[in-house]
Amino acid sequence: MDGMDNPTPGAARPAPQPAPAPTIVLVGHGMVGQRFLEALADRGVAGRARVVVLCEEPRPAYDRVHLTSYFSAGARPDDLALVPEGFMARYGIELHLGDPAVAVDRAARTVTARSGLVVRYDTLVLATGSYPFVPPVPGRDAEGCFVYRTIEDLLAIEAYAAGARTGTVVGGGLLGLEAAGALKGLGLRTHVVEFAPRLMPVQVDEGGGKALRRTVEALGVQVHTGVGTQEITAGPDGKVAAMALSDGSELPTDLVVFSAGVRPRDELARACGLPVGERGGIVVDAACRTADPAVYAIGECALAADGRVYGLVAPGYEMAEAAAAGIAGAEASFTGADLSTKLKLLGVDVASFGDAHGAAEGCLDVLYSDPRAGIYRKLVVAPDGTLLGGVLVGDVESYGVLRPLTGTVPPVAPEHLVLPAGAGAPVAFGPAALPDAAVICSCHNVAKGAIRAAVAEQGCTTAAEVGRCTRAGTGCGSCAKVLGQLVDTELAAAGIAVDKGLCRCFAQTRAELYETVLALRITSYRELLDRHGRPEARGGEGCEVCKPTVASILASLAPTIGLSGHVLDAGQAALQDTNDHFLANMQKNGSYSVVPRIPGGEITPEKLIVIGEVARDFGLYTKITGGQRIDLFGARVEQLPRIWARLVAAGFESGHAYGKALRTVKSCVGSAWCRYGVQDSVRMAIDLELRYRGLRSPHKLKSAVSGCARECAEAQSKDFGVIATAAGWNLYVGGNGGATPRHADLLAKDLSDAELVRLIDRFLMFYIRTAERLERTSVWLERIGLDHVRDVVVHDSLGICAELEQLMADHVAGYRDEWADTLDDPERLRRFVSFVNAPDTPDPTVRFVPERGQIKPLLPLTVIS
Amino acid sequence: MTAPAAPGSVQLLLPGGWFTACPVGALEPGRGVAVLLPEDAQAALFLDSAGAVHAIGNIDPFTGAAVLSHGLLGSAAGRPYVASPLLKQRFDLATGRCLDDEAASVPAYPARVVG
Repeated sequence: MDGMDNPTPGAARPAPQPAPAPTIVLVGHGMVGQRFLEALADRGVAGRARVVVLCEEPRPAYDRVHLTSYFSAGARPDDLALVPEGFMARYGIELHLGDPAVAVDRAARTVTARSGLVVRYDTLVLATGSYPFVPPVPGRDAEGCFVYRTIEDLLAIEAYAAGARTGTVVGGGLLGLEAAGALKGLGLRTHVVEFAPRLMPVQVDEGGGKALRRTVEALGVQVHTGVGTQEITAGPDGKVAAMALSDGSELPTDLVVFSAGVRPRDELARACGLPVGERGGIVVDAACRTADPAVYAIGECALAADGRVYGLVAPGYEMAEAAAAGIAGAEASFTGADLSTKLKLLGVDVASFGDAHGAAEGCLDVLYSDPRAGIYRKLVVAPDGTLLGGVLVGDVESYGVLRPLTGTVPPVAPEHLVLPAGAGAPVAFGPAALPDAAVICSCHNVAKGAIRAAVAEQGCTTAAEVGRCTRAGTGCGSCAKVLGQLVDTELAAAGIAVDKGLCRCFAQTRAELYETVLALRITSYRELLDRHGRPEARGGEGCEVCKPTVASILASLAPTIGLSGHVLDAGQAALQDTNDHFLANMQKNGSYSVVPRIPGGEITPEKLIVIGEVARDFGLYTKITGGQRIDLFGARVEQLPRIWARLVAAGFESGHAYGKALRTVKSCVGSAWCRYGVQDSVRMAIDLELRYRGLRSPHKLKSAVSGCARECAEAQSKDFGVIATAAGWNLYVGGNGGATPRHADLLAKDLSDAELVRLIDRFLMFYIRTAERLERTSVWLERIGLDHVRDVVVHDSLGICAELEQLMADHVAGYRDEWADTLDDPERLRRFVSFVNAPDTPDPTVRFVPERGQIKPLLPLTVIS
Repeated sequence: MTAPAAPGSVQLLLPGGWFTACPVGALEPGRGVAVLLPEDAQAALFLDSAGAVHAIGNIDPFTGAAVLSHGLLGSAAGRPYVASPLLKQRFDLATGRCLDDEAASVPAYPARVVG
């Protein structure tokens, strides 16, 4: 056994020095390679051994599975990065990028890299992956022919597509459809040519292929099945011009992408005499060891113990774990994997699991097909009722429950599992019905029993906590929904009643109330309380928790639900917190402070003088705020309209310092003045502040824009922060200063102005929609997870981005300055008196004493402390 | 204080008798106003959503600031209260007792709308 705890005989050869730490060399740094390194780290091996990684690509491991979806959403290569920040340094791993291994000498136990670097190994792990298979058709080397595997491939396609109108993908399998999605995303007229009679022949059956084809064609992709590519013809300029098909037809095209399958990269193994399979793949045993006990092979380059080469990432991960376990001296094996897949291709959901083609003897198909809706569901069932597998196209909602049931007799008849909800006998059937052994998270192989134990025994109360405990749901995320349901079911079963209600008046959360208001177009607190409040609270006064919360929801949605946007209008005024009620900030002695908006912190001398004059004339204390504006303290309520009359006349607007709303968008001086600036951060800050001014949200929102990476505006401590790059803008979200500072997370990179604004629109509206009361973006982001937020707002995984953008467009169109509107309306002005029976008498308890040339409150002598 | 109040006036009972504060129309359901009382004292006067008026002292005993009239109304077990806008302690509108600190209270004034 070549384990760390059992040094190999090689280590005992005569050596002048004491035996150094053993060396592990990993060849290939793809998804599986990175997973192997993490598994080594988890097992404590990475710290004890010298680990050297040789990587052919110019960048560290990235998420190859999501190439298309990331690129079509406008994200850039680094967004796909898989290596946690500081990972390599923390474990002392030596990563050589762009320097592939070219030879292995098993006798000397050395690997030679292209640069000439020679590394001696105690253990060698081959994770070389696979290469795209290009069929030997004439013309395949013409300019404009590509393969689709790496970021570099995609960048090359992207560059070439700029001068092309039509693109053709050879291969209608999983990767081919991914590539077609990428071509469509680049704006090309797209064709897919598949030799088999249907799309995705490996995963889906004929019926599923038909449903898939209909939907894909409806998206504008032309599908040619049952035809082969005979020749690629180039124009006089040597560039691809057309493709000749086996049915005699010719398909004009400017660009060709070969996606006709992959082959294991086993040449290094072949060259050093390791056995490989007849059709390729490095032969390994159940522990992922090759014929040489010092050499492992994992992932797509390996021919697993069950005689198969696995091209999916989940089995690759399992092999990585098995190899790391073996190196650490533990027992682990990989003997084959479930080939279930669930994915979204070109916006179409496709899933297949188990014996999808009904290969088992005597098995029966249970089918449901709705061609109009593009839905196809097939389950393969054994004569005794055991679920063997299935294919789902168009609607894969039930995948999360069906896949874990494979191999069992489901608790309900199979026809109920394929019929749409509402058809046939209603069946209450959810993850609760699954056996404990059912694997819920197939990426990390977490069974239902482990999830239940995490709740019942380890005290987890959310899916995120269970994820931290068990890793469930932290891979591809396709089990997230089932996981959430299981956690809820288990909590309920354990008698842990978690009242998530907003307050004593509402059993709903803020997010649920938001949805209710939006869906039912509810425009008053009274209606919401009396119809949707807790029974005992209906008809009552409400409370100080839900009133401002509902007021904020109504204000956020006002333009959309057809409500006056002004917070002091009928039915809304009584709900507002004091600050919103007087459009100013109450201070400790009952006086108020006034903050005019100074977008981006940019102000003219004239306006600066007006602020000075107003402060002087009303005797106000002035202070520069942290958000690059000026706060005027010590105003009595009856002074507020007069102060604002002066400010509005000078062109100022409300700064919403009093509201749970956008506060400021701070900026550095940017490229206009600064010798380091690469973008005009002031202009962007002003644009953003004017766009989102007045937006009511679950908590205050702060923002900043920095004009270069020096980050003088401190954007990474903001709810949404923007940092200029040479190519555009990087968007950071979820930052916070205050008592629990949090560095913001990078959401997307190198965005254009329009892309930046669109992502912020979506991000803010998604936050407003789903956050709880007084939950800052930092806490919200931690709760629901950056990946989820990115999926929703960048990749539109919920299909709600158009709606989010529309909500923001409504807000922008409906914005009016609250103070200007208040001054115009005697009814709104009526409340700005100290005393109802003595409107002109100042409140005698509001008093000040001098300090450092200004005023400060004189506090009463006796208060309860 | 001696002249008969017009119908619709809101009155507070002070040691010296009923004190007329304002017309009930000046009040907004669910909110309060401050009333200047003799000798620079002040009351917080509220109209609840059922149409009843309530008056308590306006000075928040936790901060000394005259702000209770600016607080939000709520009800607990059917009894209306106001939450101080500064540190959010709640005061029962009928008794002036603080619901969050037994040691604290504010004056309570019987209030009525003249019919």
